[in-house]
Amino acid sequence: MENVIKTSVAIIGGGPAGMAAAIAAREAGVSDILILERDDSLGGILRQCIHGGFGLHTFGEELTGPEYAARYEARVREMGIDFMLNTMVIELHKDKTVTAMSSERGIFTVKADAIVLAMGCRERPKGALGISGTRPAGIYTAGLAQKFVNMKGYMPGREVVILGSGDIGLIMARRMTLEGAKVHAVCELMPYSGGLARNIEQCLNDYNIPLKLSHTVTAIHGKERLEGVTVSAVDENRRPIAGSEEYIKCDTLLLSCGLIPENELTVSCGIDMDRVTGGAIVDGDRQTSEEGIFACGNVLHVHDLVDYVSEEAVIAGRAAAEYALQGGVAKGDLIKVKIVTDGKIRYTVPHILHKAEDTTVYFRVSDVFRDKKIVARLGDRVILSKRKLKLAPGEMETVKLSAKDIAEAKVGEIRLSLEEV
Amino acid sequence: MFDVAVIGAGVVGGLVARALVKNGMRVVILEKESDVALGATRANSAIVHAGYDAKEGSLKAKLNVRGSEMMESVCAELGVKYKRCGSMVVGFSEEDRETLAALLKRGESNGVRGLKLLSGEEARKIEKNLGDGVSCALHAPTGAIVCPYELCMAAVGNAIDNGAELRLEFKVDKIERANGGFIIGAADKSVSARYVVNCAGLYSDEVARLAGDDGFTVRARRGEYILLDKECGDHVGSTIFRCPSKMGKGVLVTPTVDGNLLIGPTAEDIDDKTDLSTTAAGQARVRALASEQVKGINFGKTITNFTGLRAGGSTGDFIINVTEDGFVNAAGIESPGLSASPAIAEYVCELLSGVGAPLKEREDFVPTRRPMHYFKELTQEEKNEIIKEHPEYARVICRCELVTEGEIIEAIRTEPRPVTVDGIKRRTRATMGRCQGGFCTPYIVEILSRERGIDYLDVTKSGGKSFLNISRTKEKLWKNNENANNSLHNKAKTVKNADGGNA
Repeated sequence: MENVIKTSVAIIGGGPAGMAAAIAAREAGVSDILILERDDSLGGILRQCIHGGFGLHTFGEELTGPEYAARYEARVREMGIDFMLNTMVIELHKDKTVTAMSSERGIFTVKADAIVLAMGCRERPKGALGISGTRPAGIYTAGLAQKFVNMKGYMPGREVVILGSGDIGLIMARRMTLEGAKVHAVCELMPYSGGLARNIEQCLNDYNIPLKLSHTVTAIHGKERLEGVTVSAVDENRRPIAGSEEYIKCDTLLLSCGLIPENELTVSCGIDMDRVTGGAIVDGDRQTSEEGIFACGNVLHVHDLVDYVSEEAVIAGRAAAEYALQGGVAKGDLIKVKIVTDGKIRYTVPHILHKAEDTTVYFRVSDVFRDKKIVARLGDRVILSKRKLKLAPGEMETVKLSAKDIAEAKVGEIRLSLEEV
Repeated sequence: MFDVAVIGAGVVGGLVARALVKNGMRVVILEKESDVALGATRANSAIVHAGYDAKEGSLKAKLNVRGSEMMESVCAELGVKYKRCGSMVVGFSEEDRETLAALLKRGESNGVRGLKLLSGEEARKIEKNLGDGVSCALHAPTGAIVCPYELCMAAVGNAIDNGAELRLEFKVDKIERANGGFIIGAADKSVSARYVVNCAGLYSDEVARLAGDDGFTVRARRGEYILLDKECGDHVGSTIFRCPSKMGKGVLVTPTVDGNLLIGPTAEDIDDKTDLSTTAAGQARVRALASEQVKGINFGKTITNFTGLRAGGSTGDFIINVTEDGFVNAAGIESPGLSASPAIAEYVCELLSGVGAPLKEREDFVPTRRPMHYFKELTQEEKNEIIKEHPEYARVICRCELVTEGEIIEAIRTEPRPVTVDGIKRRTRATMGRCQGGFCTPYIVEILSRERGIDYLDVTKSGGKSFLNISRTKEKLWKNNENANNSLHNKAKTVKNADGGNA
């Protein structure tokens, strides 16, 4: 058994990001690509997202998650791109080798010219929320419940409360209802939902499921199986208001309280991280602080639409290909533009620009804002101003910076802010 | 008839059973739960105390120091993780310094080696993250950490491997004296044994009463803990206690043998011996106290919080005694019970010998057990050898803790055999990482179902009615079931109907 595999571009993760990156790398002329996927088929989390709404941007039609993934998988196969399933990457090194294990090969090494990180994200578990009370069965992250219902065909419960109004929680409110469960409430700590507006409409309002904003679960009851939860209103500092407690009888609590990029490999490799996104710091090519290692998709920052994941993966895949084909050309020092944000804009991806080319900058805001303008400044000069009637943390925003402005900024900063109209 | 029935499969019961088996006894271990190590053993500070804390001349002092001396070799035999990381009691005032000096004196008279009083500055040289207010410390290099449930499972497993029997879901409700021995009943079941050792933890007073001894009571003392991610595991290198004062004993901040950071416990006497809930006030108290003695703890990296119940005896000391006809109490085993547990086992053997039990060390006793985590310690080549034969050792189930299907199957096939998801967790660490089972739970349910021949729906989190799923989707009865609240109780019936054919 060959214990070292050489490849031009190695891609960690065979979900939507990994597959799109692989296809882009092939289209950019790399013949030698290897996708390492830990699950037993390609597709990642899309496999359990059997609801519609995927692909409106990419394909101009509405697909389910598995359908969206299948289109990419078909392309991967058609192009003859290599992939290994049931293969878990356990180490990532700066010399662009990875250690992986699989039943077929045991523990082995992949040596690549360029690497694309596409490991996706995971859900924030209950422990991190610090809810007091007991620890009975019946408390699941929304994605875990989704797996039980959609992949395994089992119902984790039938009297449901959902904490957190992230998109998976909203989707699961509808899914559980369609399967005959009663969803009593979706509680959201913040005064606004973290999910997409369309999901609030289609998953809650259409089914008369109450969304309790500024509410949280303050206690869990039941010794063996969950028997109920205490829900409390919270004040503007997100602290429970005494006297507002309400007991809701339920056998299931689903948590949809945020997603965390799966960056254990990235961190252990010593790549520079962004504390806000939980992902790597990247440039316009989605190259990390380690030359030749790129990142895209939810491992870089959590996206709300898979279409944006695919878009980003194309950038990373193409750049990884370029890097591999040119034998590892270093990024130039002529251009090094930092994108700086104010507090209202929480983060941007990319964080830094090394090329003077038209660049779309993705970002999220820290609160719900109405009628504001997004302003980009180079020194004192406004280079871009875009009015938005509504901005919310749950919806990713974009602005486009021009090649000319980036060239002019050279090694300076471009400041992005949210301002009064 | 068994020679000895050990009631309670906690760390004390496990080590007592092992010591008795080693000395030629035919032993049966009786446990009311569906797994071992579910009482006080399940959740505590996981500390091997050096032995300066207990009052001179008490059983606690004697058995703590002896147990602490034995612990390293017992752990080595049983393949249990043990680390002599040392401990430090930190103080904030001149008054604290006097208390620490008294502790030093007490420790020395208890026979604890290497104790030393340090200034705040000296202490900070060893532990850089001590709180700014820390002005003095007692350093105990013999302090250590161990995983209590791992020790318990290994002790019970080793006892079983050497011939002991384990009866789970055996809740003792009757103890009768008959034919020069005891008949121990649990609902419709019973076993008979010449001798009985009561290691029933929180319930040892109730068990003693069944045997006619109402000389003591045991009260539950709730201790709340917070467990932080492995990223924070090296925030302190040793166990940091707070100097006991009028304000109480305070909390400790310690690394665990698995590399996490553990903080707690609170101490609150409660009446309900089954109340394992955490409270907002308790959690806040743990955070506030810990932050005084150790600075910069990142509570944002909390992966779980939990409560443990200590079995506080009414005498203030361990209650270990024997009747002439051979009923032994090993009760009131609160802190430093874990530290003392190997010595308690030794002491129980002495007591039984004293009333005529024919204890004699067996020549064929195998004291060793393969470590539960041996696969992780292998070299890449060794792992590949195993994977070639058993490819399931390369199939990662728990991604956070990198636990493979092979390791889970092996845990299921190793005594004491688990039947629940939490049982798998305590043996393999699967679901214990940062995602807390968010990814791997369905796979573990599947493996348990397959390996133990349990219906998927009957797999529980932790026994009893802690079912993880309550029906199939699209189930006829499911839709028609009017009474939603009965869904759990109707589960078995529901499953049966599903077999009767619906798509």
